[in-house]
Amino acid sequence: MAEELLKIEGLTVSVEGKQILNGVDLVVNRGEVHAIMGPNGSGKSTLANALMGHPRYAITGGTVLFKGEEISALTPDKRARKGLFLAFQYPTSIAGVTMVNFLRQAMKAVRGEDVPVREFREKLLATMKLLKVDQEFARRYVNEGFSGGEKKRAEILQMGILDPDLAIMDETDSGLDIDALRTVAEGVNALTTPKLGIVLITHYQRLLNYIKPQFVHILYQGRMIESGGPELALQLEAEGYDPIIEKYAPALAGATGERA
Amino acid sequence: MVAKITPQISEQDGYKFGFNDNDRATYTYRTEKGLNEDVVREISKAKDEPQWMTDFRLKSYHHFLEKPMPTGFWGGSIQNYDLNFDDIYYFARASDRAEGDWSDVPEYIKDTFDKLGIPEAEKNKLIAGVGAQYDSEVVYHSIREDLEKLGVIFVDTDSAVRDYPEIVQQYFGTVIPPADNKFAALNSAVWSGGSFVYVPAGVKVDIPLQAYFRINKENMGQFERTLIIAEEGSYVHYVEGCTAPSYSTDALHSAVVEIIVKKGARVRYTTIQNWSTNVFNLVTKRAAAYQDAVMEWVDGNLGSRLTMKYPSVYLMEPGAHGEVLSLAMASDGQHQDAGAKMVHAAPDTTSTIISKSVSRGSGRTSYRGALKVYPGAKRSRATVRCDALLIDEKSRSDTYPLMEIEEEQVNIGHEASVSRVGEEQLFYLQSRGLSEVDATKMIVNGFVEPIVKELPMEYAVELNRLIELQMEGAVG
Repeated sequence: MAEELLKIEGLTVSVEGKQILNGVDLVVNRGEVHAIMGPNGSGKSTLANALMGHPRYAITGGTVLFKGEEISALTPDKRARKGLFLAFQYPTSIAGVTMVNFLRQAMKAVRGEDVPVREFREKLLATMKLLKVDQEFARRYVNEGFSGGEKKRAEILQMGILDPDLAIMDETDSGLDIDALRTVAEGVNALTTPKLGIVLITHYQRLLNYIKPQFVHILYQGRMIESGGPELALQLEAEGYDPIIEKYAPALAGATGERA
Repeated sequence: MVAKITPQISEQDGYKFGFNDNDRATYTYRTEKGLNEDVVREISKAKDEPQWMTDFRLKSYHHFLEKPMPTGFWGGSIQNYDLNFDDIYYFARASDRAEGDWSDVPEYIKDTFDKLGIPEAEKNKLIAGVGAQYDSEVVYHSIREDLEKLGVIFVDTDSAVRDYPEIVQQYFGTVIPPADNKFAALNSAVWSGGSFVYVPAGVKVDIPLQAYFRINKENMGQFERTLIIAEEGSYVHYVEGCTAPSYSTDALHSAVVEIIVKKGARVRYTTIQNWSTNVFNLVTKRAAAYQDAVMEWVDGNLGSRLTMKYPSVYLMEPGAHGEVLSLAMASDGQHQDAGAKMVHAAPDTTSTIISKSVSRGSGRTSYRGALKVYPGAKRSRATVRCDALLIDEKSRSDTYPLMEIEEEQVNIGHEASVSRVGEEQLFYLQSRGLSEVDATKMIVNGFVEPIVKELPMEYAVELNRLIELQMEGAVG
């Protein structure tokens, strides 16, 4: 039986007092790739940030079990050390801190013990090669002056170094041209192992041409309104979000009417 | 303050250097508390000084009495404190002379400096010479033999007055006259110790000379006087470190540092100031740079209760370049009022000021800087950049830039920024497994990186360590 990594039930999340997620359910097992799609403003990034523990995203209800343990009250660093990873949509820059120093410290922190220099170096070089990034990249300051493509590659590089159990990728395809998208996607695929679970958050289907999900979920107005296989993403590509949204409109109107 | 601080030192309050030697310290001589003309005469007599120096001291003492406490632009911060000149010991002699052999230094003093890693640095050949001052006087001084043969002089200033009177008399008090300000006058009256460095024309001292300043006694005033003369085409890097025990009463450190950088010479002066938080650190540092000379101040202020220090460069002849890299860190109860002064007195002169400050808790940093361009200093170029980082909601930072530009044909740039350790940055680093404290440390270390990378490796390591120590307990 597949080993359960993440189990979310009835998750509600508020940002600055405004409820964004209205009861989300999701189960991700090891080795599975889930795509969460939805139009802008549906709560996709809120879900990603809340799972990682961003202080401004308050979990107000429901449960989040990661490897069987409730993580809602844990700080982001504790979640990371348990094996959770978030590839940011807009990674922030850290002036004066080189990528190599940052990666080394992060690897040490996640492992909870020192990493031999040699082991770190080998892993870094191999992962950089995989993502087709120049060695000089490691000496640059974290995300400072990075192009959109470099930022996304840096995120996947971190994922490769930190070796998480569950990786959430928040709009990793945004801001990438087709070549960069392919490189990033190939990198993710190369890092995929049977123990890794992936949650791909995306607006568009195009990323899913490269990273194939077994499950596709549609998030709309803070709820999962539809779940299915890869064919759901193709249907969206062909028809857009409107038909699905219309199908659920009456139910949603009832559910959200109380707050309106 | 070279690395290798032995771990057994108490780390109470996060300050590693807070121990004292009071149980064992014996002073062969010291003046009574407070200051008057007799005390000034006594100091000069104890040092067996020539008449010209006694006269210089007495004249300076009267300037000290006449000068008001600094007010206005350069004195804004001292107004908030109650500094009592009568509650200070102005001179204390722990050892009869500056020893040239480490084994001749009194045991308890040796232990102190051992704990601070001083002889280590010399042994490991990280430095070309070392001076160690304990309270008023230098207790140990040495310089690498080959440099001595080339004519490089590195001795304590008291010895220099005795052994090199003609050079000292020619330059002493010329860059910073006694009447410059109240604290320069005070230093000129009661100065003791400090380093005298003379580098002959064309000689390049390849690795740094280091001086170490330690206040040990409670209510002590330390007034070292440093004079550096770099002859044409020479180079020297001088590094100083400062610590003191943590007492509940205030100590005063008021140094004067004068530097003369002649044609084509280059001097770099690096300070890592880590006084305990009961020390008033009121220092006047100034260099005169002549044709095509380069003067660089790398000024790191981490300790003290109040620091007021603005290293200056007077660019006297065409082609001279001045640089100040200033780093200030203020934690609870500290105020770092630091900055720089650049004076363009000749055409084609250039200057750069880069200031980075970090305030945490109730700590306060102020950047105070002056840029002056005299008429006729055509094609002067000056850049000022100050960045402040605030760790907590209550931390404070102010910027006081003063510009007097009396020449039109100049190029002046000024940029300033204030930022707070951002929620997004912390979240990002925490999402990579770093605790909030480690994430904050990383952000701070990154912020000060442009200054730290200018330091010799051992000092960079030490400074990063000191910063981390300061950040412990800052959050979480």
